[in-house]
Amino acid sequence: MNVAVFGAYSGMAAECARLLAPRGASFLLFGRDPRRLEIVAADLVARGAASARTRAADLADVSAHAALASEAGAMEGGLDLALIAHGRLPDQSACERDPALAAAAFGNDATGAVSLMLALAKPLEARGRGRLVVISSVAGDRGRRSNYVYGAAKAAVSACAEGLRQRLAPAGVSVTLVKPGWVDTAMTEGLPRNALYVPAREAAEAILAAAERGAGTVYVPWWWRPIMAVVRALPEAAMRRLP
Amino acid sequence: MSVRGPVRLTSWGRTASADCLVARPRWRHEALPVPPPGACLLPYGLGRSYGDVGLVPGGVAIRTDALDHLISFDAERGLVEAEAGVCLDDLLRVVVPRGWFLPVTPGTKRVTLGGALANDVHGKNHHKAGTFGRHVERFELLRSDGSRRDCSATENPELFAATIGGLGLTGLVTRLALRLSRIASTDLIVDTVRFGSVDEFLALTSRDRAHEHAVAWVDALSPRRLGRGVYFFGDHAEDGGLRVHGPARLAAPELPSGLLGRPAAAAFNTLYSLAKRPGRARVHYDPFFYPLDGLEGWNRLYGRRGFRQYQCLLPDPDPTGPLKELLAQASRAARGSFLCVLKRFGGLPSPGLLSFPAAGITACLDFPDDGARGEELFRRLDAVVRDARGRQYAAKDARMPPDAFLSSHPRWHEFVPHADPAFDSAMRRRAGAPRP
Repeated sequence: MNVAVFGAYSGMAAECARLLAPRGASFLLFGRDPRRLEIVAADLVARGAASARTRAADLADVSAHAALASEAGAMEGGLDLALIAHGRLPDQSACERDPALAAAAFGNDATGAVSLMLALAKPLEARGRGRLVVISSVAGDRGRRSNYVYGAAKAAVSACAEGLRQRLAPAGVSVTLVKPGWVDTAMTEGLPRNALYVPAREAAEAILAAAERGAGTVYVPWWWRPIMAVVRALPEAAMRRLP
Repeated sequence: MSVRGPVRLTSWGRTASADCLVARPRWRHEALPVPPPGACLLPYGLGRSYGDVGLVPGGVAIRTDALDHLISFDAERGLVEAEAGVCLDDLLRVVVPRGWFLPVTPGTKRVTLGGALANDVHGKNHHKAGTFGRHVERFELLRSDGSRRDCSATENPELFAATIGGLGLTGLVTRLALRLSRIASTDLIVDTVRFGSVDEFLALTSRDRAHEHAVAWVDALSPRRLGRGVYFFGDHAEDGGLRVHGPARLAAPELPSGLLGRPAAAAFNTLYSLAKRPGRARVHYDPFFYPLDGLEGWNRLYGRRGFRQYQCLLPDPDPTGPLKELLAQASRAARGSFLCVLKRFGGLPSPGLLSFPAAGITACLDFPDDGARGEELFRRLDAVVRDARGRQYAAKDARMPPDAFLSSHPRWHEFVPHADPAFDSAMRRRAGAPRP
C-alpha cells in the first residue's frame, strides 16, 4: 500500500501512518522540517513500514504543489492513499489586530489545502482508484467568535472536499472529509484541556476506519455530528452566548 | 519546547503531589527548557512511581510521553533503539510479533523506557537476568548545560553508571538502545506451589534456579496463617504462537477509602485461579507479568487517601530472621496488608550506582494509606530493614527517613559529582541527600 502524507509530523497524520506501518505500507512524507520528517520516517520503518521517504517542502507554497502531487502519484505501484493534514491554528486575537495575519493564516490553511487537493486529484483520477483523506475541522461548520479565522479556512476546505468528492466518485476515487473536534496534538498544546479532548491515536483510528470504508464526511469522534447539527441550527442570539 | 502551568502532578499512590510547570518535548533534538530562577528540572514519564521520586515541586517537570518515536528495530538480532518516552506497552506491540520480549520487565507495562532506566527496574527474573540496566547498550543524556553525552559501558562510563537507577537526577535521557530477549511463544508455563510458612518459602526459593521467572505471594493478614502463600515459577513456552496483549478496557471506579474487595480480586483473576489450584498451567504473558494493568487506574481503588507500598531488600547471607519479623509486624498492624509479594534476588550486579536489588529477599507490602498509624508501622519496618543492613526501593517510597535513604543508596557519594545541578526531586530534598 502506497501512502502520501502531507503534514506528516502533525499529530493525527503521524498516528494514522503508525497504524498503517505494521501492514508494510510504503510512505512518502511531506512537511517543512526535514529533521522531524526523518524522525517520523524512522519510526514508521521500525514499526514495519516497507519504506518511508521524506520530502521537505513548504506546503503553503502553492506553486510547488503540482510537483509534489506528481511525485506522490509516481510512487511505484501507484498512489493508494493521500492524507492532507497540514494546517495551523492561528492566534485569533492577533488576527483581529492585524488582518494581514488573518490573510496569511487563511492562505496556509485554506488556499494551501485547496490547491493541494486539486493537485492530488489529477494523479488519483488518472489512476482510476485510490483514496484522498482531508482533515478539516468542526470549526468549519459554523463561524464562532473564538476561532472564526480558523473556522473560515476550514469551511473552505470542507466545501472544496465535498465538491471534489462528487468529481472523483465516477473515477473510482473516494474523498473522505474528516472533521475532528478537539484532539490532543501539538497544534492544541497551548489550549486548556476539557473533557471533549481525545488522544491523537484515537482520532487516527476513526479516520482510517472511515477512509477504509470510503466514507464521505466523518466527524471525529462521531458524537460531534449531532453536536454540530445543533450548533448549525442555533439562532444567532443563542450563538452569541456560546464561548 | 514551551513551558506551561502550573499544574498539579500526583504520584501513583496518590499520597504525594507537586505543583510545577510542565514542558512536553515532542522532538528529541530540542533544547531543554530554561527553568525560572531557583527552579529545577526533572523528567516525568507516565507517573507510575508510587511516591515523590518523580516529582519536582516548584520546578519544571519534563514530560517525556511525547518523545515516543522508535528509532530502529533489528528484528534479527533483537536490538531496538527508541526515544525514552516510548512506553513498554507500545514497545511490546512492536517487538512481540517478531518473536522478542523485554529482557526485564516490571509489574506494569505502563512505564516509559526512561522511567525503567531511571529506577533500574527489576522483574520476576532478577535471579537470571538482573536489572533493566544490564540490558541497555547505550543512551543519550541531555544535560542542562546543553551538552549531549552518548553513554555506554565504554563511552562516558561514569555517567552511564550514574544514570542507570539515577532517579532522573543526571539529566534527560532522550534515546536508548536495548537488547531484547528471544521468545518462541507468548505463553508461559507456570508451576504453582503452596507453602505453609516462611521457612517453607525460603526452602522453595532455590527452586527458582530451574526457572526464568519466580515470585511468591504471601498471606500477611493474620498472625495465625503467617507465611502461608503460593510460589509461581514460570518459563516461556516453546510452542503456542505469538499473540500480542489486548488493550486495557476496564476503568476502575473510585471506591471509598478502605473498601477493597471484589473489583481488585477480579484484576488478579488469572493468578488467583492459579493460586487456588497448585500444579502446572499455561498462561499468556499479560496476566502473568501485568496482573494489575488489566484494570486501568487501579490505584484509584484505594480511594482518595491513596495507598503506600513498602518495598525493601533483606540481604544475604541470612534474611530469614528479618523476613519473619517484617511479616510479623505487618500482620500485627490493625489493617494488615492487602498484598505481600516476595522474591529472591540473585547476585547479578547492575551497572547502576544507585541500583536497588542485591542478593537476598525482596518484600513488597501494600497498605491503604492509614495516616499516623501506618507511619508508625513503617517506622518499625524501617528498624527491621536497618538491623538487617537492608535497603528500601525509591520507586515505591513516599516517606523513608533521611538515614534510610542514604543507607538504601550506599554509593550516593560516588553518584553526586555526576548529578546535574539543575535537576532535583522532592525525594532528594526530603532525604536531604547531598547534591552537586
